[in-house]
Amino acid sequence: MDRPLPADPMLQITGALRRFSDEFALGPLDLAIAPEEIICLVGHSGCGKSSLLRLIAGLDRAERGSIQLNGVELAGPNTFVEPEERQIGFVFQDYALFPHLSVEENMLFGLRRLPRPVAQKRVADLLALTGLAALGKRYPHMLSGGEQQRVALARALAPKPSVLLMDEPFSNLDRDLRDRIRQDTIDLLRKTGTTAIIVTHDPEEALSCGDRVVLMKSGSIVQAGTGREMHDHPVDRYAAEFFCSFNKVPATYRNGHLETALGRFPCQLDLADGSRAVAFIRPQAIAPSQEKTAIAGRILRRSFRGEIEQIELEIAGSDSALIMRTTQPAFADGDRLSVAIDSSRVLAFAA
Amino acid sequence: MTFALSTHTAGRKRAAGNRWLKLAALTAALVCLPFLALLFEAVQGSEGLWSHLAASVLPKAFLDTVILLLGVGILVASMGTGAAWLVTAYEFPGRRTMEWALLLPLAVPTYIVAYAYLDILHPIGPVQGAVRWLLGYSSPREFRLPDIRSMTGCIVLLGFVLYPYVYIATRAMFLTQPASLIEVSRTLGVSRNGVFRRVALPLARPAIVVGVSLALMETLNDIGASEFLGVRTLTVSIYTTWVTRSDLPGASQLALALMFVVVAIVAAEQYARRKQRFAPNAQRSGGSIERQKVSLPKGLLLLALCLLPVFVGFIAPATHLAIEAYTRLDYAGLPVRFLANISNTIFFSAAATIITLVLGSAAAYAARLHPGARSAWFYRLATIGYAAPGTVVALGLLIALGVFDRTADRLASSWLGFSTGLLFLGSGAALLYAYSTRFLAISAGAMAAGLSRIPQSLDDVSRMLGETSSGTLRRVHLPLSKTALAASGLLVFVDCIKELPATLLLRPLNVETLATHLYGEAARGTYEEASISALMIVLIALLPVIWLARVGRAESR
Repeated sequence: MDRPLPADPMLQITGALRRFSDEFALGPLDLAIAPEEIICLVGHSGCGKSSLLRLIAGLDRAERGSIQLNGVELAGPNTFVEPEERQIGFVFQDYALFPHLSVEENMLFGLRRLPRPVAQKRVADLLALTGLAALGKRYPHMLSGGEQQRVALARALAPKPSVLLMDEPFSNLDRDLRDRIRQDTIDLLRKTGTTAIIVTHDPEEALSCGDRVVLMKSGSIVQAGTGREMHDHPVDRYAAEFFCSFNKVPATYRNGHLETALGRFPCQLDLADGSRAVAFIRPQAIAPSQEKTAIAGRILRRSFRGEIEQIELEIAGSDSALIMRTTQPAFADGDRLSVAIDSSRVLAFAA
Repeated sequence: MTFALSTHTAGRKRAAGNRWLKLAALTAALVCLPFLALLFEAVQGSEGLWSHLAASVLPKAFLDTVILLLGVGILVASMGTGAAWLVTAYEFPGRRTMEWALLLPLAVPTYIVAYAYLDILHPIGPVQGAVRWLLGYSSPREFRLPDIRSMTGCIVLLGFVLYPYVYIATRAMFLTQPASLIEVSRTLGVSRNGVFRRVALPLARPAIVVGVSLALMETLNDIGASEFLGVRTLTVSIYTTWVTRSDLPGASQLALALMFVVVAIVAAEQYARRKQRFAPNAQRSGGSIERQKVSLPKGLLLLALCLLPVFVGFIAPATHLAIEAYTRLDYAGLPVRFLANISNTIFFSAAATIITLVLGSAAAYAARLHPGARSAWFYRLATIGYAAPGTVVALGLLIALGVFDRTADRLASSWLGFSTGLLFLGSGAALLYAYSTRFLAISAGAMAAGLSRIPQSLDDVSRMLGETSSGTLRRVHLPLSKTALAASGLLVFVDCIKELPATLLLRPLNVETLATHLYGEAARGTYEEASISALMIVLIALLPVIWLARVGRAESR
């Protein structure tokens, strides 16, 4: 969170706060987004990511803080720009296509202030760009889920918004369709130079599709950074576990090392010697090993997951089973197996 | 690819959405005004007259009202539920026709059924004449049926035209219950005949309660039938206290007593279904209750059972009115005032329908735009008129608008030098006011139901695409809920045409509608004169019944 803000932010949120109940409030939080940046806002449901989107859109009002777009205040102590005046696009989870309007009419909805021929030209261009050219006269109920999603995206892009907000735009799609549509959407955003915030609850999606990932938890931002940073260098246990499942091994911190039943791992923790800590070991950082230092174990259970096999190992001196993922050929239950842990990929947290 | 927002548009703080909230607040205030005026007038007291009312009018009127309500309540509950169960649970000849035919009595207002039967059952009318002819009597003096002009007659006649309220609600409930409920009760050892008592009836209770309370509201609202049949209910007493005694405070006090009965009914309704929110079953799977096939004789018996209420409540009075109207037309052509009456009726009803649709939509739309306690209260207050009898609303308006009219007239006379006359009461504006107050719940309810089927994201996306809240209503909500709105408009229009008590009290001098014309003729005892008006009302009132029947058919498929 100490990351420097983009030098010349397009959208800047400062100290925004919105209380929903005694138990739940959004913020106060800060976020700045550079022009043409694509941000993935991720978190479990109820973490406030959609609420943040609604604040930016003007569909809800913050009690404190300000939101600026291109240097103009959209919401602040004395300002509130109505959503229709904000030049912000929104793609909803259910797509929110107007059922009484055809695809073309849906896309023309936001172009009322343009001269008719200009508006129609723009709709035609977007239809071609999104591969919907043949469907312009159809009505929403005649479209497949993927087509509806593309119409919703094209409709939001038609008025050339400064920022495009997308609330779980891919969650209603089948798995195989989702990957393709997601890639097409990102390509389109890049091609049109659109700044976008995509909300998702899917860690994999978050890591794969934005310039930056913003992880939220109970109304606050936990960490922001590139996908690689978020995955490899989580700031806390929550951030770590959000993107990956771990073997959590009790440890003692001593002399810049974690001492565990599975060995010693170098780490940087701001703790007194002898403090209790936890080593977070990724299942994929454990590999079969023939070396002398290898840890001896016995296979308790295996489950085949397609490309990889997940194996539960019983380790002498350790209470819980160690979970590892490997692409190596199958073993059998009860086999003895020695493994080595890649200590550079072990994360350390205070207990 | 990006726009720089001009500081002009961005800096402007807009409160466009508030307009709807303000309109809703105004609507709520206008609807509450007559009730507040009534309350105010009633606590003023009338010198000496109240003791007379309290001693000689109120106890009898109150008792008669309660007896009437009890009788009508029992009758409509049993007839409505019975009919609904027969067409849902049994397959018999003519069942599909009976499904919608059972709705027909809805088209006959209470005062028209009373009016028609006074003539049909008159000692020298067709029925008694036929009976005497069959039995060989020669004079009414030798044989006479018991007089229809009695409490019993009133209960029976009201019951036969008001049972459809229970029928509609209960049948809808039966139709939305999954067959699995019946099937599981059979596997748990309930016999085919026990299903009605042990499963269907308890399930239908909330619907029965809703239907009965609607029928009782209509009973309280009725002024023609009880007066023609000589039952002095509270409603009739209020009317005569004002019209014949010109005692406004006294009438207001009686009106408060009437409102007490209304509140009691509403409270009883709420209490009776306090725990039962199981209305239409959301996760229904499989078909609805499977109908039992019966033998032909039993089927014909069931058909006859279903036909009875339709015959008494619709076929007989409608046929009688048609014959009378034809005779009258054949004999003397259209009555002189008929065209004027019908154009008055249509003008007032259409104008009131438009006002009601606009204000009702505003109340519902404000509640959607600004969810929260405030808009919910505006909505609730704007729709309280549905439970108030027309007499009560009219009396409240007489008081409130009377004050307004007199003040305006005095101010205009002293400052401008001319008299405005009675601005509201003289122009018929008061009548539009009363209609709108009474029927706002219909249009607001339809709009709220229509809006509830539109996902909130459509509102949001419209705003994000640059449309204002009013533009969103016009471009998104109205096109999407126009069917529901049109249907509610039709209901309001027909209710205005049928409305009698408020029309009687608030119409401008020398203006007659179909309903008041009929009332006047019946009061004079010249029944046949008004048969054309009565027939017209029934024909117009058939329109929403036909619509209801079509909706019902679509549901039962």
